[in-house]
Amino acid sequence: MLELLSFGPNGWGGQLLTGTAMTVAVAVSAFAFGIVMGSLGASAKLSHSLILNALADVYTTVVRGIPELLVIYLLFFGGNGVVSAIASAFGYDGRVELNAFTIGVVAVGLISGAYSTEVIRGAVRSVPFGQIEAARACGMGRWLILRRVLVPQTMRFALPGLGNVWQLTLKDTALVSVTALAELMRATHLAAGATREPFLFYSAAAVLYLALTTVSTILFDRAEQTANRGVRRA
Amino acid sequence: MNWQLMWDSLPRMLGGMGLTLQLIGGSLALGAVVAFAVALLRLSGNRPVEWIAGAYVFVFRGTPLLVQIFLIYYGLGQFEFVRDSILWPVLREPMWCAILALTLNTGAYTSEVLRGAILSVPQGQIEAARACGMSRALAFRRIVLPVAVRQMLPAYGNEVILMVKASSLASTITLMEITGIARRMIAQTFAVFELFIVAGAIYLILNFVASRLIKYAEWRLTPYLRARA
Repeated sequence: MLELLSFGPNGWGGQLLTGTAMTVAVAVSAFAFGIVMGSLGASAKLSHSLILNALADVYTTVVRGIPELLVIYLLFFGGNGVVSAIASAFGYDGRVELNAFTIGVVAVGLISGAYSTEVIRGAVRSVPFGQIEAARACGMGRWLILRRVLVPQTMRFALPGLGNVWQLTLKDTALVSVTALAELMRATHLAAGATREPFLFYSAAAVLYLALTTVSTILFDRAEQTANRGVRRA
Repeated sequence: MNWQLMWDSLPRMLGGMGLTLQLIGGSLALGAVVAFAVALLRLSGNRPVEWIAGAYVFVFRGTPLLVQIFLIYYGLGQFEFVRDSILWPVLREPMWCAILALTLNTGAYTSEVLRGAILSVPQGQIEAARACGMSRALAFRRIVLPVAVRQMLPAYGNEVILMVKASSLASTITLMEITGIARRMIAQTFAVFELFIVAGAIYLILNFVASRLIKYAEWRLTPYLRARA
């Protein structure tokens, strides 16, 4: 039975590992996209513009309130239409096809971004206002304050929350398998169907996901230690 | 935007609401029982028992729900002894497989929430109860559990919302709840955005109601905070 998991011609080990690599690639890209969305969302929520506040509120409420699967279906079935419409607006007539990877990254990234928005917003708020006043009093401009005072500390405060978001994002990539992208879940599904050994293969997938989440827990703990090395503990 | 189509799709989508609510209600009720048992086991003081309960929580929190659903629905049916057992009429049904997977999943998360809440009950209150002559069991029932349940409500509210969303994964094992119906109708009509909006709105309303119910429960259980205001 273990032969099925091996790397030989009869084994599915290679496919599972390629799938795992694809899962990591989707998760990392989606997480990065999510952080960009989250930073934009957080700055919109913290801005004094009512329109931006409302837009960011709608984004986080809607995306966090509806099932992830529905968001993925929306982009899977509707994404190509939107991109084609934008392309034709710029004078390109032909059909634009988004590949499954892009759709997966954008869908999971949008979800990840909604959670990151709240994490980053909270982190920005926990930078003491006195420090910003002090920086202003020293004559720093807006961008310099952002770069030297706000962002470094926000990153430290946001790290634990972003760790949670990363775990969510990693697990959400399993849902991308409905778009037939060959990530771990999809590879497992194919292997289980072809060999009629679903229990074996889904257990193997569970072990691989567990390995990914465990390794990321360790990495985030390390990152937190590094980020907090200059902080005195009570 | 095709308003007529949106309006016409509403009755069909709402037809899936019953199944969605059954999935949510069933898994939350059973999940609460599992969570209670697992939280007690994790605080039992017996090393092997604590380790086993901890392993259960670790596995179900560390893997995607989709893997858990497929493992139960496709995986268990592969074994002869499962098909011959008295449990087969239950495990054969996708509905029960979905409820089982959701139950085990929410049970793992909720047990952690409950465990944290039990640990947060001040030691002084337990000592006072013991000093009044309550047995450990009585003190747990009368003092620790009520305080812990009240304490855990905000975090449990998040878990309820996660379950509302997680119930959509049942559509991957042929169950026609709201997401399953939405998916099928999108494939038939290609009206992606219209149907997405209708289905999304139903979930948003469900989540809104769920979070209001939790808020109400919190309000009911904290009369001492109201009286002071």
